[in-house]
Amino acid sequence: MISENLLAVFYLISGVLFILALRGLSSPETSRQGNLFGILGMAIAIGVTIISVGNFSTGFLYLLVLLLIGGSIGAFIAFKIPMTAMPELVAGFHSLVGLAAVFVAISAFLNPDVFNLGSPGSIKIASLIEMSLGAAIGAITFTGSIIAFLKLRGIMSGSPITFFGQHYLNLVLGLILVGLVFYLCKTQSDIWFWTIIIISFLVGVLLIIPIGGADMPVVISMLNSYSGWAAAGIGFTLENTALIITGALVGSSGAILSYIMCKGMNRSFFNVILGGWGATDQSSSNQSKEQKPVKSGNADDAAFLMKNASSVIIVPGYGMAVAQAQHALREMVDALKKNGVKVTYAIHPVAGRMPGHMNVLLAEANVSYDEVFELEEINNDFANCDVAYVIGANDVTNPVAKTDPQSPIYGMPILDVEKSKSVLFVKRSLSPGYAGIDNDLFYRDNTLMLFADAKKMTEDIIKSL
Amino acid sequence: MEIDPFIFRLSIFILSIFIGYYVVWSVTPSLHTPLMSVTNAISSVIIVGAIIAALAGKTENIFDTANIFGFMAIILAAINIFGGFLVTQRMLAMYKKKKKDKK
Repeated sequence: MISENLLAVFYLISGVLFILALRGLSSPETSRQGNLFGILGMAIAIGVTIISVGNFSTGFLYLLVLLLIGGSIGAFIAFKIPMTAMPELVAGFHSLVGLAAVFVAISAFLNPDVFNLGSPGSIKIASLIEMSLGAAIGAITFTGSIIAFLKLRGIMSGSPITFFGQHYLNLVLGLILVGLVFYLCKTQSDIWFWTIIIISFLVGVLLIIPIGGADMPVVISMLNSYSGWAAAGIGFTLENTALIITGALVGSSGAILSYIMCKGMNRSFFNVILGGWGATDQSSSNQSKEQKPVKSGNADDAAFLMKNASSVIIVPGYGMAVAQAQHALREMVDALKKNGVKVTYAIHPVAGRMPGHMNVLLAEANVSYDEVFELEEINNDFANCDVAYVIGANDVTNPVAKTDPQSPIYGMPILDVEKSKSVLFVKRSLSPGYAGIDNDLFYRDNTLMLFADAKKMTEDIIKSL
Repeated sequence: MEIDPFIFRLSIFILSIFIGYYVVWSVTPSLHTPLMSVTNAISSVIIVGAIIAALAGKTENIFDTANIFGFMAIILAAINIFGGFLVTQRMLAMYKKKKKDKK
């Protein structure tokens, strides 16, 4: 129906369109166009593949029906999902890519003829290695993302699960996987192939359970990266350029995001992977601090302070997402602006549960993106600002990161909230954040604690403005 | 001696990693969430493998085990493609600069 060469050119075109899709994201203005490039690339890839197979019999009908079913489920989810649930959604989607990679690898193994990989029992060695890699990474992505999903959704406890010898177990399983691939190539026997998949499922679970709440941004980025490598592995098996290009793009994208997230916490990637932050070191540090004096205020105090300020910086965090306070927050800011107060937003790289989480929520609440700044852009402004309004953030504002070398978060870049003339800290209680560390900021003279739910407090402030 | 086609694919792969590296660093941090959802959508191009797996082979035995795995992969990838692109579109539509109202 269509020559191999022409087909390859079309796959190359979709690969290029995918690159343009990512390129578009360099600014919000070009991003929507970028997404259209992505959709076009996908349509081309699917279209030419169907034409090249050239089988328009019953199977084709099933294909259309399945596309329709899958598409409607996807579209339904895409339109229904609240923006606060984006981390879970992305984790869930990663698991689907992983499982799809496993399935494709399985069918390539069972029916190698259609992919020109040889015949069952005598598959090319290179193809066997590529498909086991694709299947293994896909399987790890699948179960790993399921665990991440369960943790983010709150179905499973977000705290790290560690046990003795965990890392050795992972190491041993990794070595077993290498051995299994070797035996698979030697014997071509399907038992090894299935074992590879099953062990990889197990590895996925074991890799993610020791990583806890505040490290979720790293986990999600990492799984994003894995799903890319899985696709690339399958791309090599199927000798398909679109898949290879896409896999490489997604793989490096996820890797870069993981790097940015780790840097945002001043932790090495391995440190995060090995997990266990907050589970072990919290008991020692925060018993003595119980009795320190804390100034607390109510909505009227906060409204008074902010109304008379000339500049206010809002510091949102995961708590804002949990309380769904973004819309109330924007109303409060509108009210402040009417009073002539200059308001900006400061976002820490690891605020929330995934990269860019806060930005999406603020965008949803109609906050103009040129009022929202990243850590490096805005950190010097705290010194000249009258009020910092911390809503749902905690560890990322903790000055201990700069002063106490003993602290587990020492060296983590933080927002210099304490430099502003006064700090309004919305929080339900004095309990420490996810890192399990007491926040020094609570006890400063210029801090006024507002003990309430983030949304309720913000609404009350609007009333008294 | 001719160069193994694998080497060409490897070259494409390596160069794409570099392209990805530079392109992704230029993505503005505020769009990192859409970046994740769109990379997720495009990695579902794995559906091309699923389509070949599902449709290729003898027309009579569509429900060979290999084909069934192909069909299952098609559903999963389709959820991802539509879900990923649409949710990205929905998010990106929210990123606006306010021009009109200076309340």
